[in-house]
Amino acid sequence: MPVVEYKGKKFEVDEDGFLLGGLDAWCMEWVEYVKQLEGIEELTDEHWKVIKVLQDYYKKNGVAPMVRVLSKVTGYPLKKIYELFPSGPGKGACKMAGLPKPTGCV
Amino acid sequence: MSEIKKHDTPMMEELKKGPFPSFVDDIEQYGEKHKKQACFDLLGQLELSYKHKETHWKHGGIVGVFGYGGGVIGRYSDQQDKFPAIWAFHTIRVNQPASKFYHTSALRKLCEMWDHRGSGMTNFHGSTGDIILLGTVTEQLEPVFFDLTHQLKMDLGGSGSNLRTPACCVGKARCEWSCIDTQELCYDLTMTYQDELHRPAFPYKFKFKISGCPNDCVASIARADFSIIGTWIDDIRIDQEAVKAYVGGELKPNAGAHAGRDWGKFDIQKEVIDLCPTQCMYWDGEKLHINNKECNRCMHCINVMPEALRPGTDTGATILMGAKAPILEGAQLSTVIVPFIRLEPPYDELKEIIENVWMFWMEEGKNRERLGELMQRVGLANFVETVKLKHVPQMIKEPRSNPYVFWKEEEVEGGWKRDIKEYRERHPA
Repeated sequence: MPVVEYKGKKFEVDEDGFLLGGLDAWCMEWVEYVKQLEGIEELTDEHWKVIKVLQDYYKKNGVAPMVRVLSKVTGYPLKKIYELFPSGPGKGACKMAGLPKPTGCV
Repeated sequence: MSEIKKHDTPMMEELKKGPFPSFVDDIEQYGEKHKKQACFDLLGQLELSYKHKETHWKHGGIVGVFGYGGGVIGRYSDQQDKFPAIWAFHTIRVNQPASKFYHTSALRKLCEMWDHRGSGMTNFHGSTGDIILLGTVTEQLEPVFFDLTHQLKMDLGGSGSNLRTPACCVGKARCEWSCIDTQELCYDLTMTYQDELHRPAFPYKFKFKISGCPNDCVASIARADFSIIGTWIDDIRIDQEAVKAYVGGELKPNAGAHAGRDWGKFDIQKEVIDLCPTQCMYWDGEKLHINNKECNRCMHCINVMPEALRPGTDTGATILMGAKAPILEGAQLSTVIVPFIRLEPPYDELKEIIENVWMFWMEEGKNRERLGELMQRVGLANFVETVKLKHVPQMIKEPRSNPYVFWKEEEVEGGWKRDIKEYRERHPA
């Protein structure tokens, strides 16, 4: 598996760039690294709210929340989530939050 | 350009034999002409899969373009050392024009782009309808998307838990039976619901398919959560002279579809009247009579005598919902929800139904629960009520045979609150 290096930290990732170590390997450098890949200029409180909600939900439930649950809990409509994360909640936000890669019929 | 490397593929060679167009031939010829290593690596990996009887693609793959949550199916080889040109082999879904009519200039431009940015291999078309561009690497996805949208004026199709690319039959473009303009409706729904198509917001996938008549040439009843099938409510139009021409043998039954075998002289009684499922027709030797009130518009007589019989002129569609493949709760065909609806642009009445169904399913649907499964879980009667439609006999094939009938409290005199003491006064323990 490829290893990426960013600001002195090394991350093991899969081909899609998802963090293999999961939440244990997740850190600020990872967020910074994904930010530049995902076309995000500056991380705002709104970005962080989405990331926190995803991580809390994952810790509690062992899966990522459904899109409408994410919308409900954050209060952000889907459109807003795409404005924050251009690749969307799965490829963008989940990747930045260090959650495992979404599966199924994509 | 460096020389291409061919793999030893004896089993692939076998598939060049026989009369059917060989995909192996096509891939090889294209690969040689355009010096595409991906073509030969793909055949090499396929040969290996034939040998091992196992796929050599890794699990899943999440790639895409900014702004969209779907449209690209990520894929990676698990034999990357042996077949480096298909290390990544992503599939791009491109929204096709309704009924798949093309001008060569559009296809040429698309091919030029794909020769340049992809493997050159395609699938015309995916089962849902999309143009499928088979095989490219992650770095090419944004450039492909830029070229598609800026030069070709084409957009991606759908993938993921969203509205998938709608599709329709050939419709009024070249079929005399089409009761609705399937292409116009397909295009309208596609454009109206672009947001739902590109950014997954549903519990699971959702498909529209539109057929012009009950022959259902896009298999809407089997392959769409929301099936729109054209029909009519007035009388079948009969040209009695043409009926006589069929009986007299001047016109071929079924437009000659069975001409490959001698089935004997056309017998209108045997081939039409006796096969009518509702037995609502008779032939008096001179004229054909149809009791249209009893006709269920199955299309059989029209299919057999297309020059003599035509659908009525008061047309619209039947809406059916819930079709899906077996996973998880078993396969389903769509079931009738709206027996008849007139369909004219801007299709407000139809869109209201669609949006009510979505609202309910998005709220109540479990993760990865298709509409058909939700309908089963909550029950048809509750579903119909929630999406603000009326219960009608046409919704069921037969009434329930078990007596487990739910009543609402307000429908029952006295309600649900009872006192056991009052009962005991009449019935001592």
